[in-house]
Formats: sequence, C-alpha cells, structure tokens
Amino acid sequence: MTIMTYRQALHDTLRAEMLRDDSVFLMGEEIGVFEGSYKITAGLLKEFGEKRVRDTPIAEEGFAGAAIGAAMLGLRPVVEMMTINFSMLALDQIINHAAKIYGMFGGQARVPLVIRTPGGGGQQLGATHSQNIELFYAFVPGMKVVAPSTPADAKALLLAAIRDDDPVLFLENLALYNTKGDVPDDDTPAEIGRAAITRPGQDLTLIGYSRMAHVAAEVAASLAESDGLDIEVVDLRSLRPLDRETIISSVRKTHAAVVLEDDWLTYGIGAEVAASISDGAFDYLDAPVRRVAMAEVPMPYAKPLETAALPSRDDVIAAIRQTLAAVGHRAVGRAPLATSAPASQP
Amino acid sequence: MASQARQRRSAPHASPAENAALESTDAQRGPASDAVAGDRQGQLRQFYRDMVLVRRFEERAARAYTEALIGGYCHLNLGEEAAVVGLMAALRPTDYLYTNYREHGYAIMRGIDPKRVMAELYGRVDGVSKGWGGSMHMFDVTHRLLGGYGIVGGQLPLATGAALAIDYRGGDEVVMCTLGDGTTAIGAFHESLNIAALWHLPIVFVIINNGLGMGTTVAKSSAEPDLYKRGAAYRMESARVDGFDPVAVHEAAAKAIETARAGKPYLLEVVTERLRGHSVVDPAKYRSAEEVERLKHEDPIQMFGAKLMADEVLDADAIAAIEEEVAGVVNAAADFAANSPHPEVSTLFDYTYATPVPNDSRRLPGEPLFPPLPLPADAAGASAGVPVPGVTA
Repeated sequence: MTIMTYRQALHDTLRAEMLRDDSVFLMGEEIGVFEGSYKITAGLLKEFGEKRVRDTPIAEEGFAGAAIGAAMLGLRPVVEMMTINFSMLALDQIINHAAKIYGMFGGQARVPLVIRTPGGGGQQLGATHSQNIELFYAFVPGMKVVAPSTPADAKALLLAAIRDDDPVLFLENLALYNTKGDVPDDDTPAEIGRAAITRPGQDLTLIGYSRMAHVAAEVAASLAESDGLDIEVVDLRSLRPLDRETIISSVRKTHAAVVLEDDWLTYGIGAEVAASISDGAFDYLDAPVRRVAMAEVPMPYAKPLETAALPSRDDVIAAIRQTLAAVGHRAVGRAPLATSAPASQP
Repeated sequence: MASQARQRRSAPHASPAENAALESTDAQRGPASDAVAGDRQGQLRQFYRDMVLVRRFEERAARAYTEALIGGYCHLNLGEEAAVVGLMAALRPTDYLYTNYREHGYAIMRGIDPKRVMAELYGRVDGVSKGWGGSMHMFDVTHRLLGGYGIVGGQLPLATGAALAIDYRGGDEVVMCTLGDGTTAIGAFHESLNIAALWHLPIVFVIINNGLGMGTTVAKSSAEPDLYKRGAAYRMESARVDGFDPVAVHEAAAKAIETARAGKPYLLEVVTERLRGHSVVDPAKYRSAEEVERLKHEDPIQMFGAKLMADEVLDADAIAAIEEEVAGVVNAAADFAANSPHPEVSTLFDYTYATPVPNDSRRLPGEPLFPPLPLPADAAGASAGVPVPGVTA
C-alpha cells in the first residue's frame, strides 16, 4: 500500500500501462506540452515522445473518432476529454460509433478505447463547464461507464478500462483529484460492473458514485460518530453495467435507501437506482427512496448560488434523518414485515 | 464522355484563391498512366463486367426491397458503377476501406461474395455483418471493408484513426474513405481532413459527388461547389475526375493512393450521377423535367460499353455473355440470401460487449429486473401477497 492522491494514481497507472503495452497511447487536448489541464499526464510526453502522447487540435469529434478508428485496428488509445462538457462535441463518435461498432458489425471489430474525463461543479466555472452528464453514456448499451471515488479505485478501474476490449467512459471528478488514499502496489484490475460496499451497516443504505460516493463515506463516518448510526455505503463504481444485485441485497437488509448524485434529479442516475430498488426491494422498504441531486438549473457562476445548487453534506444528512424518521414512523404499524420478510427471502 | 451537367460540375475553375498545391494538382492530371498497360483490354472488359454486376445487383436489391424481402433503408449505387469499380480496382487487398451507407457495390468490389452482401440485405446469418448491420452497415474484416456507416460523416474520423494506427505501426497500407458531396458540409469533414494533414496520415478521402445530398444540390449546400478545392484549406493535394469513366477514376485513385502511401493524405472528387432517388422509395420529384430527360440518355454503363464496342474491345456477343454470367451471379446471391437462416433470438445479447462483464443486462422487454417474490404461505389464497397493517388474515 502507498498513500497517494487520486491524480497521482491516475498518472502512475497510465505510465505503467504504457510501459507494459506498446499499443497503449494517449490522445487529447493539451496533454503533452501543457502536461494536461489537470496535470494527470505530467511528464509523460518527455518520457514516451509525441507518438504515444499525442496533442490534438481542438476537435473532439475528430480525435475521439480517430481514437475509435485506431482502436478498431487493435491499438488501445486512452483519450483525455478536458472535461465531460466538451465530450458532447464527440457524442456522435462515442454513441453512434464506439458503442455500436462491435454489435452493428456482428462482433467483427472491437473498440478497446478509454475516454477519461472529469465531471464536477463547484469551481465557479458556470453553466457550460460544471455539468455531470455521464448519464448520456451510461444510457447506451455497448458503452461501459466507470466512476471511481477513491485513489485505489482510480487505479484498479483504469487498469480494467485499458485492458477491456470495449469502449469505456472513465469518469473522474475535479473535486477528487487532490483526495488521498491507500493504493495497493499490485496491478490487479477491478471488475467493471461491480459495485462495492465500502462501509457495512444496518440502518440505511447510502448509495453514490464518484464525488458523491466520497461524500457518502464521509457522512456515514460522521453520523456514526455523532449519532451512533450504522449506515451502509454502496459505491456504484460502474454505471453501466449497473450492479443492481449489490444495491438490492443491501436495501433488503437495511430497509431504507438514500441515493446521492451530482447530476440533475429528473431522469438522472439516481432515478434508475431508485426504480431498481422499487423493482427488487419494494416489499422490504420502510420509507420512500430519497434522492439527493443537483438543483435543476444551469449552474450559476456566483458562489452562493453555485453552493446552493450543489448537493452538500448537510443536504445528505438531512435526507438521511428524514428517511430514518419515516422508517420509525412506518415501522410502528408494520413491524412484522421488516423482521420476517428478509428471513423468508433470499 | 462527360455530360454537359457533369462537365459543368467538373470544369476546373480558375480561382484566384487556389494555392500552389492545387495548381500543381491540375497540372499533374496528365495522360493515362501505365497502370493498365499489362492486359489493358482484359482490364477494360473486367471493368465493364464489374459495372454490370453492380448495376444488376442493385436492380435486384431494389426488386427485393419492393417485395419486402429487404427492410429499413436501401440506398443504391445506380449511376455510380464506374466510380465504384475504378476506385476499388486501385486498392491493394491489404488496404482498408471506410464508406457510407450507399455501399453495396463497394462491398462486392472489395471482393466480398455477392451472396453474403445480399444475405446481409435480407438480414440473414450468412450476411457480411451476420444480419446485425443491414444495407447501411456492411463490414468484412477479411476484405478490409471496415464499415459502411449510416450517419453522414461518421466514417471520416474513424478512417482517419485507422490511418493513424497504420502510421503508428509503420505499416504501408492505405485507408480509403469515401463520402458523399453533402458530407463536405459536416464538421467531421473539416476535423478529419485537418487531423489527417497535420499528422501526415496515409489516407485518401474520396468525395462521390453525385450532385445531390438527398434532394439538396451541391450549389445549395456548399459555398465552394468545386468540392475538391476544399483540400486547399489543409494544403492537401486534391483532384477531380469524371466518375463515368472507370479508367479515369482508376488512374486518379491510383495516383491518390500512391501519394497517401507516401504519407501525404489526398482528396479526390469523383463527379458522377445518381440515376434514381436517394433510396429505393424516393421518387425524386425534386428533379426538373430537363434533368430527368437528360438522365435517360446518360448511363455510365451504356456509355462505357459503347466506347468499348467502338474500340473493338467488346462486341454484342461479349456483352450478352457478360449479362448472362452476371445474371447467374445475382440470381445465385438472391437464392442464397433467401435460403440463409434468420438469426436466432437466443443470440440477441451476443454482441453487446466484447469483454464479458458481470451485471450486463440480458433482459427481454417483458421480463422483470428481479424475479417476483414468492407469496408468503399464509397469504396463498389472498389477492395480495403483502400483509396489510391493521388487517388480519
């Protein structure tokens, strides 16, 4: 184990994979000479040269598509989209092409492509630079979407993404780059498509991904300290495929769930999680599933407005307290269900 | 042999904006190369036969479409046979082709068995894309047809990336990327040509200019209707060729490919005609009466055939023999397609992912996400399986 930042974990993993496999190369805006807008690729141009660390013109559709084409011929490009907002310029290439090529041609061509890109708000970057639109990609069969919340997962999921033969959108977050954590020294990839229970508990299931999984872990620790609450935290890690089994088995145990997301609530990732809980744990719920999400506005620049629009720790704590209050209220009239139903169901 | 309309569209304009690269391009468009010197007559006969094959195949596809044996959209190469045959003859088997949704002829001329092309149109398992692609999405890795693409402009960045992969590995293959005249208006055209030129990639972009993007003329969609001149913006060598003349197309393509193989991307405009509507179901009512009348007298196959007869390369008997042979090929393709099985529904989830992952959804539309919970034993006779607070069974 080594303690390092999320940024360092990404950098070191990219470098290690480039050393391991000659077919891995990097493409993106300002990743070489400028060393990356968020310095993930710092030093790599110097070490690997222009062939493998390729600065592109500002042409998201063009270079995303070029990466897909190179992947079709067996290379393993890792594209950096400066922020997820700019990836919309490449939607046609990612959704109509990367996600379709394997199926549309009957399995004859693979697209081993990684698109790394940070989402996130809170930096006073205004409406066009503060979005969380991972849903666009998670919506599409053929895509894989992963969203690590810790430095360890940043490494393990990036290893998995680079070695995977399908297009993977690798969601980073501006607010996570400087967070620190233990990172295993070995090169064991994570399994794409598996959520993780990052904190076991009995009282309520708190579900999040990316920055909000980080917030979830902090809030759960804090409420354990202050209120003695035993909250289970599920870090989704993979948005497509979505690990519904882990979500459902947790909620069947705790009987209550709060879903956290940095995207907009209506039609968001949390809506899918809540619907899945309704499908798989309806009879186990003691309270409605709550979602904590960004306010449904174009993100304002002014700091007080931006702060109000983003889900905060206090918002999460309030949603947990209200949910647990509802559990207590409802449990009075229907105590037998909460205790007997789980025992009779797998 | 160019028609007045094609001559009008193909006439090189003297433009003060033309840069040195373009001027040298025009100057270099010289006499026939010796690419066809070997068995020239044999090659001319082959060109003619191949054009007839594309024509009869497409006519058969149109018929099958009206008989509802083919679904979806169905865009035909009718009128573009000389372009298709001339371009494909210039590629090596190891070169790659990316094209758009009007690609049946390209697939056949890349060497794919017409049976498998027709089977794809019929949506059968023996189709080039196993029935997953249809008319617009043919793919064959063996013959290096890396896709017909249904989204206008979608193939350009991909083809550029394939050329990048060749360059990355130091290979000597070339990518040819064909596109329609309407595609020159899309952003991916600019981004791809810019990247290809910046990175010196081995790629030939070929504009098949049939004068119409669906029903919109080139004049109404491109501020520079001399489409080959777009290459100047990228200092990319470019040229325009009469797309009714397979020999001229072949020579121009050979030069473009040779240039690209040396690491200099190339833009080739092939001026042709679309003899029918945009797709099988389009009656093309936007065409003027004069244009319709003109097209009745213009047909690349008839024109090329007449020339070969005048040059005594072909005679009426030879043409009849070609028609008979091609009819056999096309009939066999249709029979094969009709007899190929439909894909099994059990294969529906076979191609979502190349690398298997847990929790990959394999749910059919009517299936629940989770199996319904069994009813509690004591509620077996009740209408609901869940105890209702305050109600005793």
